[in-house]
Amino acid sequence: MIRPVRALAGRALRNASRRPQFFVPMLVFPSLLLAANTGGFSRTTQLPGFPKVHGFLDYQLAAAITQSLLLGGVSVGIAVALEIESGFFDRLIASPIPRTSIVFGRLAATFCIALLQVAFFLALGLVFGAEVQGGVGGALLVLLVGAIAGTGFGGIGMSLALRARNASLVQGIFPFAFVILFLSSAFFPMDLLQAPADWVAAYNPLSYIAEGLRNPIIAPVDAGAVLDGLVAALGVTAAMTGLSVFFLRGRLREP
Amino acid sequence: MPAIEAVKLEREFKGRIKAVDGVDLAIEAGEVYGFLGPNGAGKTTTVRMLVTLLRPTGGSARVAGYDVASEPDAVRRRIGVALQEAALDPLMTGTELIELQAKLHGIAPEKVTRRGEELIERVGLVEARDRRVGTYSGGMRRRLDLAMALIHEPGVLFLDEPTTGLDPVSRMTLWEEVRRLKHEGTTVFLTTQYLEEADQLADRVGIISDGRLVAEGTPAVLKAQVGQPHLEIALMDGGDRERAVEVLAGFGAPRPPAEGFELAVTVAEGATEIAGIVRALDDANLIVASLELVEPTLDDVFVEKTGRHLEGAGEADEAGGEPGGSA
Repeated sequence: MIRPVRALAGRALRNASRRPQFFVPMLVFPSLLLAANTGGFSRTTQLPGFPKVHGFLDYQLAAAITQSLLLGGVSVGIAVALEIESGFFDRLIASPIPRTSIVFGRLAATFCIALLQVAFFLALGLVFGAEVQGGVGGALLVLLVGAIAGTGFGGIGMSLALRARNASLVQGIFPFAFVILFLSSAFFPMDLLQAPADWVAAYNPLSYIAEGLRNPIIAPVDAGAVLDGLVAALGVTAAMTGLSVFFLRGRLREP
Repeated sequence: MPAIEAVKLEREFKGRIKAVDGVDLAIEAGEVYGFLGPNGAGKTTTVRMLVTLLRPTGGSARVAGYDVASEPDAVRRRIGVALQEAALDPLMTGTELIELQAKLHGIAPEKVTRRGEELIERVGLVEARDRRVGTYSGGMRRRLDLAMALIHEPGVLFLDEPTTGLDPVSRMTLWEEVRRLKHEGTTVFLTTQYLEEADQLADRVGIISDGRLVAEGTPAVLKAQVGQPHLEIALMDGGDRERAVEVLAGFGAPRPPAEGFELAVTVAEGATEIAGIVRALDDANLIVASLELVEPTLDDVFVEKTGRHLEGAGEADEAGGEPGGSA
């Protein structure tokens, strides 16, 4: 199981580096939104109920990371759907490897790419004046929560691809993930959201992932917030990995 | 024990469409089996079931001694598969792809590079091995696909329309490789739309139409079932046609000549009778300007069995197929 997972993960990583049209938007678009939000809404920090933060950039970093990781999920979905469309996926299925290793190989690569995405945004924040209040330990926690969440979002993309088997359809469906992102506390504190957005955000796992990413950046590490984020990220990853395996098996029963 | 065996194999899709309807196969080890049929006849669906990509909805099949439904892992370890359209990753190089395939087939790490190099050389891709596959021509992609299918030295190889869309030279190269595999004892299950391809390569041919196997046998036996070869003859300067008819009557039944010829006669023994006929005409002072031995084709068999021509019939001539005994 380990050897095919490693081989397939290596291939996915190499291909990601050779497909800049997939990789660059994951970094560029969230960076632009981060710049726009930081420039345009920086006085939001003065609103009553807004947590005390070093700067609005520090607060928004978690939103940018979450958005980038969701875009990573889109890339995974499109890459898998393209493999299905081209027939390359059949080649993998016809190989004498556990079929779950196809899912795990792709998600292992997604974990590594997510680590790079989180590291990029932390570095970007530091360059433009943000501070990680949780120190090095806090930064490592952000990397961990982000990488696991990114893997889970990759699982969403993979599930969609295995179900839809069509890259255009995956691309068309995935923007709903961004609607769900905006219905979370990724961009603004839960207390400042109005009903029913605050109600949706309270049940939205993206809220807990974003808070888990944000807490070590804006304050000394609060174990509760980070743990909530970690559990939410692990929950999404476990659920989506299971769904991907389920759809992969279902795919073999159908034409 | 047959290398490939199917008993009343069926595959029904949603809407109760039977793509494969009770196919029986028994293919011996070392045999090249040509599976002929037009688009939509059920060729690819049959292959997908035999290579464990699709579960049968009825009947059973065993490949390399293992059941495709209950022992798919054992089947996959023993087969090589080159599916339609050479599905390769355009972002990877030839070497990377072949090494990936080796790793997926569990080849020991220390042997991966050597085995990959051997196969790259065998299929003539040494100079292109470090180029991305996206830059390969159709023929190069097919050859790489074949090399990948052979990485673990499978006993049974499935080639699903390996030459469709290829230029004549690439097609001939693939044919040579299939002949070489047969010589090495590999069982080859070859689906094709090209009659000449099946005729040239296959020990036995199965014809599938609307999901059913409608004919099976060696190309020679199948062709013999639909008729005997005949000789078309043109005489120098018109010649004495009446006299020629009398001479030819001793060899076989006359038949209407094709355009460009003056006489035609059935020759039950085929090419072996040509020398005798030419000598007899010469003895009667009749000079032969040209002659052509016309043999029944697999297309004739296909028409006989299904009532229609096979798509792609005749295309293989463009690929360098050898016409029968033109002189």
